[in-house]
Amino acid sequence: MSREIIIIIVGMALVTYIPRMLPFVFFRTEKIPPKIEGILKNVPYAALGALIFPGAVFIHDNPLFGITGIAAAFLISLTGGGLIVVVLGSIAVLTILTPLFQGSLF
Amino acid sequence: MKELSVTGSFHPFIYGLKDGSSIALGYVPAAITFGFIAQTVPLTTLETLLMSMLVFAGAAQYMALSLLAAGTGAFEIIFTTFIVNIRHLLMSASLNEKVLPDHPFKKAGYAFGITDEVFAVTSMKEGTISSAYVYGVFLISYLSWAGFSAAGHGIGDLLPSILQQSLTFALYALFIALLTPSLKKHRKVIFLACSAAVMNSLFSLWLAEGWALILSVTLSAVLIEWAAPHQIKTHQDAKEEF
Repeated sequence: MSREIIIIIVGMALVTYIPRMLPFVFFRTEKIPPKIEGILKNVPYAALGALIFPGAVFIHDNPLFGITGIAAAFLISLTGGGLIVVVLGSIAVLTILTPLFQGSLF
Repeated sequence: MKELSVTGSFHPFIYGLKDGSSIALGYVPAAITFGFIAQTVPLTTLETLLMSMLVFAGAAQYMALSLLAAGTGAFEIIFTTFIVNIRHLLMSASLNEKVLPDHPFKKAGYAFGITDEVFAVTSMKEGTISSAYVYGVFLISYLSWAGFSAAGHGIGDLLPSILQQSLTFALYALFIALLTPSLKKHRKVIFLACSAAVMNSLFSLWLAEGWALILSVTLSAVLIEWAAPHQIKTHQDAKEEF
């Protein structure tokens, strides 16, 4: 293994781990003001919104691919399917419909 | 809490493995693709495995590969990783409000596993969660990511291309599956998710991916809290404890 790659991997590991670790070790939940606590409890829902958009739309040259996937996953979730059902179901829908999306819209 | 044990008789770690299995499944195509691209950079199998085992951050690892292929220096690659992953500071701070108190060493251990997906699954769990539950979600996701990164380096492009394309959607499907049930229950969730989605779509036109996400999530969480300071009930009143 090249020495530079090792340095890069270890450096990446440190700058990834430290931000993940700091809050768990140094934040005292009982000392956090209620306003900040409310904001932190909003974060997961906002994060999911931002993790889905715009990434899911631009996953393929043709945005209809992502939009179809979003619609399929959303509809399967509404029927109360579990996580695995939604993941496999939307992959199945996209696999069947993929030939329609070949080529770009624009 | 004995009276709460009606929800099931398994150890929280087992529930963690079960809930994490959807992440493990979603990581298979992402990790195989990572391993395959790593081979073309080229990284050795051991270097590929080592990066997945030590860094455990999908988006940053992809970015590192493209920078390595372009001959970028170590400092720039590490700094880019930092920018892309600083969002996890916000996610860990949020999840820290939901986990049961435990020894700092145990929390420092599972903190290593807080990817976007592990964060999403653990923070959408009803009620408070124990360290064992987080370790369960983390472990099964981690084994899938590391194992299939190495496998991808070996087998590469074996999957048919139509299936490869649709598999890239797996992790987005997981995020949608996690968000939808809460959308139905609370109007505040709709505002949070939609405002962050719109802001992230706008900000990512001008900002690096990492900064756009942090800015949109923070702004959305703060603004909606200011506009509607009611608690979202699933976090507060759920009786189950995992």
